[in-house]
Amino acid sequence: MTTAHTRPNYMLIWVYLFVLTVIEVGAAFLSHIPKHWLILILVFLAIWKALLVALYFMHLKFEPWRLRVIFMVPLPLAAILVLATITEKIW
Amino acid sequence: MTHATATADMMHPPVPAEPGSGVYSNKLGMWVFLASDVMFFTALIGSYIILRFGMTDAWAAPGAVLNVPLTAFNTFLLICSSVSMVKAYAAIADGKKYFLRPVPGKVLRDGGLKFWLLVTIICGAMFVGVQVFEYIKLVGHGFTPTGYREGSLVAEHALSDPIRYGAVTGAMYGSTFFTMTGFHGFHVTCGVVSMLYLYFTKVLPEKYSAQDYRGIETIGLYWHFVDLVWIILFTIVYLI
Repeated sequence: MTTAHTRPNYMLIWVYLFVLTVIEVGAAFLSHIPKHWLILILVFLAIWKALLVALYFMHLKFEPWRLRVIFMVPLPLAAILVLATITEKIW
Repeated sequence: MTHATATADMMHPPVPAEPGSGVYSNKLGMWVFLASDVMFFTALIGSYIILRFGMTDAWAAPGAVLNVPLTAFNTFLLICSSVSMVKAYAAIADGKKYFLRPVPGKVLRDGGLKFWLLVTIICGAMFVGVQVFEYIKLVGHGFTPTGYREGSLVAEHALSDPIRYGAVTGAMYGSTFFTMTGFHGFHVTCGVVSMLYLYFTKVLPEKYSAQDYRGIETIGLYWHFVDLVWIILFTIVYLI
C-alpha cells in the first residue's frame, strides 16, 4: 500500500512567495521599524519563503523521513559554524 | 479498499527506489549534493555575517550602492522560474509531453513539459542577464570586488556621506558581495546550461514519460535549491 498525495496548489504558493517578497521590500524601505526588529522580521520572512520552496516545490513535505534527515543534517552544523565564529570574541 | 490505496501517489515517479533511502539513486545523489551545497553557502553567508557585524565601522546602507528594485525584479523572475519548473514536473508526471494544447471553452492553453521547461530556461537566462547588467553598472559606478574605486562616482558619494556608504568598510563590502552573488550566479548558469542540455537531448525528442521523468525531478530539485539560496541572499545582502 502506498500513501497517496495530491499535488499542492503551486500557483497559490507562487502568490504567497510574491506577496512575502513585496512585504519584505516594503518593510525594508518604507517602514520606520527599529533596525534590530527589522532584521528579525526580514530573516523570519526569508525563512518562511525558503520553507515554502523546500516543502512544496522540492516536495520535502511529501518525502520519506529518511530523505528529510539528509537535508536537515547540515543545518545544525551550519548553525554551529556561524554561532561558534560569531561568539569567538567571548571565548 | 481505502481512498489512499486506490489513488496513485502523484508525488513520486514509478521507478524502483534504493533500499534504505526510499528514493531512486539520482534523486538521492542530488539531495546529498544539495546537503553539501548548504554547507558551502553557509560558509559564505556565515563569513559575511561575521565580517559585517564584527565591524565597528558602518556598513553601506541597503539601497545606497545596490539597485534594490532591479534585484527585487530579478528575485521575482527566479520565483517565477521555480513555479514553471514545478509545473514542468507536474506536466510530465501527468504524461503531458507537448508544448501547448488548446482547452475547449478556455482562452488559455494547457502547457506541457516542453512549454514549462522552456519558460524556466528563459527566466533563468534572464536572471543571469540581469545580474551581469547589474555587475556592469556597479563596476562602472566604481563598486568593485576590491571596494570603491578611487575617483569614481561611488567613492565621491562615500566621501560626502561616509556613514550611509560605509566608506571605511567598502573593500570588505565589495569582496563579500561579489563572492556571494557571483557563486550564486555561477550556480544559476550551471542550472540553465543543464536544463538546455536536457531540453535538446531528452525533452524535445520526448524521452521522458509519465513512467520515467527522473531527470526532470532531479534538475528541478537543483533549481528550487538555487531559488531557495537566492531568497536568503536577497534578504541578507540587499535588504539588511
